[in-house]
Amino acid sequence: MTISPTLSIVDCGVGNHRSVFNALQLLNVQAEITCDPQRIASSSHLILPGVGSFQEGMKGLLDRNLIPVLTEEVMVKKKRILGICLGMQLFASEGFENGHFEGLEFIAGKAVKIDTNYRLPHIGWNNVHISSSHKITASFEKEPIFYFVHTYHFVPEDPAVIAGVCDYGSEVTALIEKDNIFGAQFHPEKSHSDGMQIFKNFLNNAC
Amino acid sequence: MLKPRLITVLLLKNGVLVRSNTFSFHQHTGDPVGQVERFTAWKADELIYLDINRDDVHDFRQTMHVIGTTCSKKDLEATMTNDIIDIIREVSKRCMIPLTVGGKIRTLDDIRIRLKNGADKVSINTQALEDPSFIEKAAEAFGSQCIVVCVDVKKDAMTGKHEVYKHFGKEKTGLDPVEWCKEAERRGAGEILLQSIDRDGIGEGYDNDIIRRVADAVSIPVIALGGVGKFEHFVEGLKKGGASAVAAANIFFFHEQSVIKAKKHMAACGIDVRL
Repeated sequence: MTISPTLSIVDCGVGNHRSVFNALQLLNVQAEITCDPQRIASSSHLILPGVGSFQEGMKGLLDRNLIPVLTEEVMVKKKRILGICLGMQLFASEGFENGHFEGLEFIAGKAVKIDTNYRLPHIGWNNVHISSSHKITASFEKEPIFYFVHTYHFVPEDPAVIAGVCDYGSEVTALIEKDNIFGAQFHPEKSHSDGMQIFKNFLNNAC
Repeated sequence: MLKPRLITVLLLKNGVLVRSNTFSFHQHTGDPVGQVERFTAWKADELIYLDINRDDVHDFRQTMHVIGTTCSKKDLEATMTNDIIDIIREVSKRCMIPLTVGGKIRTLDDIRIRLKNGADKVSINTQALEDPSFIEKAAEAFGSQCIVVCVDVKKDAMTGKHEVYKHFGKEKTGLDPVEWCKEAERRGAGEILLQSIDRDGIGEGYDNDIIRRVADAVSIPVIALGGVGKFEHFVEGLKKGGASAVAAANIFFFHEQSVIKAKKHMAACGIDVRL
């Protein structure tokens, strides 16, 4: 029996939840924007979007008392979670945007400024070199192109969790995957058909 | 590598889309919601909606008959509203690419309600000129990545000097565009939308001189707008102007598959666009 996913878009105060919600509507996925720990615990999948600084993002989660429930659902119950943009960076152990802050510690690593001579923020469409050995990169017939807007990126301790990178004067982490934890530095909800494929891969329980 | 962006600008007046000429003449071009899927399918890289209503009233009733006859998809409901927020909400439901909304943004609440209803970025103009600290407050509250500062410039035909204008291009500010853009960046703007008033609707190409000078002076992306009459002008805006993104309105509305053809032309000129 397949159970259709019920998805919580976690509202930590910063982020374009509406755009993520709209994209899921187009895929006919039942989703709600919530910061209620009970709703989060009862959903089948989680998305943590985020726009803003690392510090604000962590503060938003702390103020809403969401860190215990997220840690329980993701690290203990192994529920699937997709972090988008800042949401993915918050999975790191520590962030270095305007200071030094603790992250959610879902994946060992740090969020650091992109080391490049090009203009920052890195805004626009960039092609992502994907690794075929990950679930999140399934079903792309050619190299996908996604919409990015960010200045910091996730550098994990274990390079094996990197599922995709793009080139912006240096290598930028675009996709990560570790067991039930997925992250996209770009905005799949704003990346047309390639972005929709990321949501489909994330929601596919079969793999 | 990062692709130079091709951006479609949609001008809204009284709840319908219009084309514009030197900021003064406006002609109806259709329904604001019906166009979104078309431009997305054509692989426009971004959409910018600018609300250019001169007053605060969208008298939609007067233009209903226009929408009724020009909506390209009859299965879509015409936007039964005269409220810009309703329009944003409807547009964003179908907008799978970045959406910037500008026009009449005066307060942080104006920004908040637009972002909450599906805009990804906002473009601010007159308010930033009247109170430059507004850029800082906006960037602090919502992040630089969603604050686009729109700068309307006019070249004096006699002296050849460029000047920043405000209030729909009607009032002089005495500001030099390069200095003002540098200040906007310093105060936290994420991008500059550089619009030429005297080139608007003329179709003779961008004002590449001022675009180049601004692009060289700031390190944030500059979006060129105003003057495109043929696809070659996009290439010039990138190569001569040094813009990070090239935008236009009128050219996209009167040609079938305009965005696709524009990108094909750009690719043929060696520009690495998203196809």
